[in-house]
Amino acid sequence: MGKFFAVVLTIITVISAYFVIAHTWWMPVDVSVHGPGVDHQLEETMLGSGILFVLSQLVLAAFVFMFGDSKGARKMKKFPGGATPLVIAAIVLVGIEVLTLSFVGSKVWASIYFTPPDPNSLAVDVQAEQFAFYFRYAGPDGKFGELHPDKIDDGSGNYFGLDPANDVAARDDIVVGSLTIPVNKPILLTLHAKDVGHSFYVRELRIQQDFVPGLVIPIHFTATQTGRFELVCTQLCGLGHYNMKAYVEVVSQDQFDQWLKTQSQ
Amino acid sequence: MEQGSAQPAAHHHAPPQGFIRNYVFSLDHKVIGLQYYGLALVAVVTGMVLSWFMRIHLAWGAAAIPLLDKLSPNGAPGGVITPEYYLSLMTMHGTIMVFFVLTNAPFAGFGNYFLPIQIGAEDMAFPRFNMMSFWTTLVAFLVLIAAFFVADGPPLSGWTAYAPLSAVGKDSGPGEGLGQSLWGISIALFCIGQLLGSLNFIATTLDLRTKGMTLARMPLSTWAWFITACIGLLAFAVLFPACILLILDRIAGTSFFVPAGLVVSDKLQPHSGGSPLLWQHLFWFFGHPEVYIAILPAMGIISHILPTFTRKPLLGGMRVLTACMIAIGFLSYMVWGHHMFLSGMNPFSALLFSVPTLFITIPATIATLVWLSSIYGANIRFTTPALFCLGFISVFISGGISGFFLAQPSIDTYLHATYFVVAHFHFVMGVAAIFAIFAGTYFWGPKMWGRMMNETLGKWHFWLTFIGVYGIFMPMHYLGLAGNVRRYSAFTDDFLVPLIPVHKFITYSALITGAAQLIFLYNLIWSRFKGPKAADNPWEATSLEWDTTSPPPFDNFGGRHLTVYHGPYEYNVEGSQGDYVMQTSSEAAVEKS
Repeated sequence: MGKFFAVVLTIITVISAYFVIAHTWWMPVDVSVHGPGVDHQLEETMLGSGILFVLSQLVLAAFVFMFGDSKGARKMKKFPGGATPLVIAAIVLVGIEVLTLSFVGSKVWASIYFTPPDPNSLAVDVQAEQFAFYFRYAGPDGKFGELHPDKIDDGSGNYFGLDPANDVAARDDIVVGSLTIPVNKPILLTLHAKDVGHSFYVRELRIQQDFVPGLVIPIHFTATQTGRFELVCTQLCGLGHYNMKAYVEVVSQDQFDQWLKTQSQ
Repeated sequence: MEQGSAQPAAHHHAPPQGFIRNYVFSLDHKVIGLQYYGLALVAVVTGMVLSWFMRIHLAWGAAAIPLLDKLSPNGAPGGVITPEYYLSLMTMHGTIMVFFVLTNAPFAGFGNYFLPIQIGAEDMAFPRFNMMSFWTTLVAFLVLIAAFFVADGPPLSGWTAYAPLSAVGKDSGPGEGLGQSLWGISIALFCIGQLLGSLNFIATTLDLRTKGMTLARMPLSTWAWFITACIGLLAFAVLFPACILLILDRIAGTSFFVPAGLVVSDKLQPHSGGSPLLWQHLFWFFGHPEVYIAILPAMGIISHILPTFTRKPLLGGMRVLTACMIAIGFLSYMVWGHHMFLSGMNPFSALLFSVPTLFITIPATIATLVWLSSIYGANIRFTTPALFCLGFISVFISGGISGFFLAQPSIDTYLHATYFVVAHFHFVMGVAAIFAIFAGTYFWGPKMWGRMMNETLGKWHFWLTFIGVYGIFMPMHYLGLAGNVRRYSAFTDDFLVPLIPVHKFITYSALITGAAQLIFLYNLIWSRFKGPKAADNPWEATSLEWDTTSPPPFDNFGGRHLTVYHGPYEYNVEGSQGDYVMQTSSEAAVEKS
C-alpha cells in the first residue's frame, strides 16, 4: 500500500510540475514597462516554490515507500538529529526565502504604486458600471468637466454625469467605450465606480485594480507594444459580471493623434 | 430531566430519559457533536451538488440539468442555468462549505464530541450553552437554505458579500433582495452559535481537565480545538456586528458601507457617508482567521491520528507543533489585508500585510516537517485513517505553496481574482480540512457508534478522492496563470475560450470525485448499523477516548475518575516493553508490561 501511494504521488507530482515547466498555460507576453518586474518576481517565486513542492512531495512519497509496516522485522528509527536542527533550518531557510521575496517584491510593487505618475502623462478617466467600462478624455481644452452623480443618465449617453450646460470644461470631453492610448506614453487612469465594486484587469499590462464606489483611485502605466488587448472586470458586480469587458487599443502616437482629432469633431 | 445548572457537577447523575432529551434537545456533548457532524454532512452534500451544477454549467453552458428547473423555475428555466443563478449557486456553495462544513465538522463536531473525553471530563463546562449553540447553528442553516426559495432567488454577491453590491438591495440585481438579507441573518445567527461554542471550549479546556491532565499532556487535537476557540471568539465577535450593520444598511436605511452618489439601475441611491472598504476590513478581519478556524482543527486531528499509525511519537514531542499552532493563530490576525492588496487601500499597507503573511509559512513549514520526519523510520499501518493523514500532508503542501505567490502584492496584481486563488484556498482550506474530517471519521467512527467502518470501501474512497482532488484543483493553477478570472458564469472573452477544454477536464474530475463520495456515505451508513462491533481501543491508541467503551457511556467514563500519568503519544517509548503506553497507565504498569 505504501509503495502504491509513493508511485501515485510521484506521478501526480511529475504531471503537475510538467505543465508548469512546459508553460502549457502561461501568462501572455507582457506589454508594459513595469511588467517585466512582475514576471520576474513570479518566475523566481515559481522556481523556489516549485522546487519546494516537488522536493517535499517526493520526500513524502519516499518515506511512505520506505517505512511501511514491517510487522516488527525492522526496528523503528528516530529522525536523525531530532527536532531542533529541523526547526532552526526551517526558520533560517524559509525566513531567508520570505525576506528575500518581501524585499525584491516590494521593489516591484513600489515601481507600480509608489512612483508618482509622469507629469506629461495622458490622463484618462474611467467609469465602471454594471456591466460596462467608459473612458473619458479631456478634449482639446485639456480640462475635465466636473462630475455630478445626479446627472448620470445612461439613456442619453451621460455615463459620467457631466453638466455641459453649465460647465464649459465638460463640453469638449470625449466619452468612449474603449480605451485607445499611444504606445510608449505614460498613461494616468483615474478609476470611478458608478454603482458597485468593479475591477480593471488587463493581463498583458499586468494591471489589476479595483474600482471602489466612493473612492477615486489613480493608477499609471506605460504600454510598450501596440495591439488590441482585452480589459475585463474581476470584481464580482452582479449577473453580467462575466460579460463586462472593453478593449484597450494601443496605437502609435500618430494614430492616436488622428483618432483623438476624429473624436473631437 | 436535568435541572438548568451550568455547573460541571450537573452531570453527576443518570442519563436523561426520553427521546427528545436524549437525541433532540440533548445536553450531552457527544450527541451535540454528532448533531454538528450530521448537519455538516447534510451541508457538504448540498454544497457538493451545487458545485456539480456550477461545473456542468462552466463546461457546457447550454446543458439542461434535470430537476433544477423544479428547484428554481426562474434561475434555471428548462434546467439551463442563468448567469445570475450561477452566481447564486456559487455564493451558496461558498457560504455553506466555509461556515456549515469546514467550521462545523472539524471544530464544532469532532471538538464537541472528543474535547471533553480527551481531557477526562464528563461534559462541556456549559451544557445548556452547548445545546443552544447547535440549535442556533441549525436555525442559521435553515435560514440560509430558505434563500433558495424566495421570490428573487438566493444572494449572488459571493460568500464575501462585498458592499455595496450586497448592501443596496434589489436595485443591484436579482438575488440581492430578500435572499441577501437572509444571508446576513443566517451568518449573524451562525456567529452567535460559534461564540457560545468557543466560550464553552475555552472554559472546558481550562477548568475541567482531570487529575494529571496538564496542558502539556493534552492531545494535539484538544490543543487545536482550544486555540481555534480562542481565534473564533475574536473573529466571530467582529463578523457578528458587521452582519448587523449590513442588515441595517439593507433594511433600515443606514449607510455604513454605502457612500454618497451611487447610481444603481439608474437610481441615485439615498445613502451617504459609508465606506465599502469598511465591510472588506471587517469581513476579512474575520475571514482570514476563519481559514485557520477550518485548518487548525484539521492540523490537530492529523497530528493526533498520525502517531497512532506510524507507531512513534511526533518529532519534537508536543512542544513544536503546539508552538506552531499558537504562532499560526497569533499571526492569523495580522494578515487580513492580503485579501485587499488591490482594493484601493493605501498601497503602503500592502507591504505591511504581505510580510506577516509570508511569515505564516514558517510555522506551517515546521508543522509539515514534523509530520514528514515522523514518518521517517516508522512502521506505518496503512489503515484508511492513516492514508487520509498522508493524503492530508500532500494536499496541505500543495495548497500551502501557492500561498507564496498570493502573499506578494506584486504577483497578486496578476493572479488576484483568478482561478489560481480558487486552487489555493480549495487545496489548503477545503480539501486539506476535508481530508482531516475523513481521517477523523474513519478513526473515531468506531468510537462514536461502536462499529468499525469497512476498510476496503474506505481505501477505494481514499484513492478515488486523492487522485480526484488533484484532477480538480491542480489544473486551476494553470488556468490562473493564464489569467482565467474566477466568478464568471461563462467564458466569452477571446482569451478565455481556448481554456474551456481545461474546464471540461475539471468538470469530469469533479463529477467522478463527487460520485466517489457515495462510497463514503454508504460506508458510513452501513457501518453505523451493520459494521462489526468495535473494541474499546481498536487502533491501539493512547489517549483517553480509547480508555472507555465504544461508544462511551453517558458520563464518558462510567463513573470512573481518571488520573493521567503520561503524555498523549507514547508509542515505542524507551524503557517500556509494549508498543504503546496509555495516558492513564500508572508508572508501575509500564514496567510490568
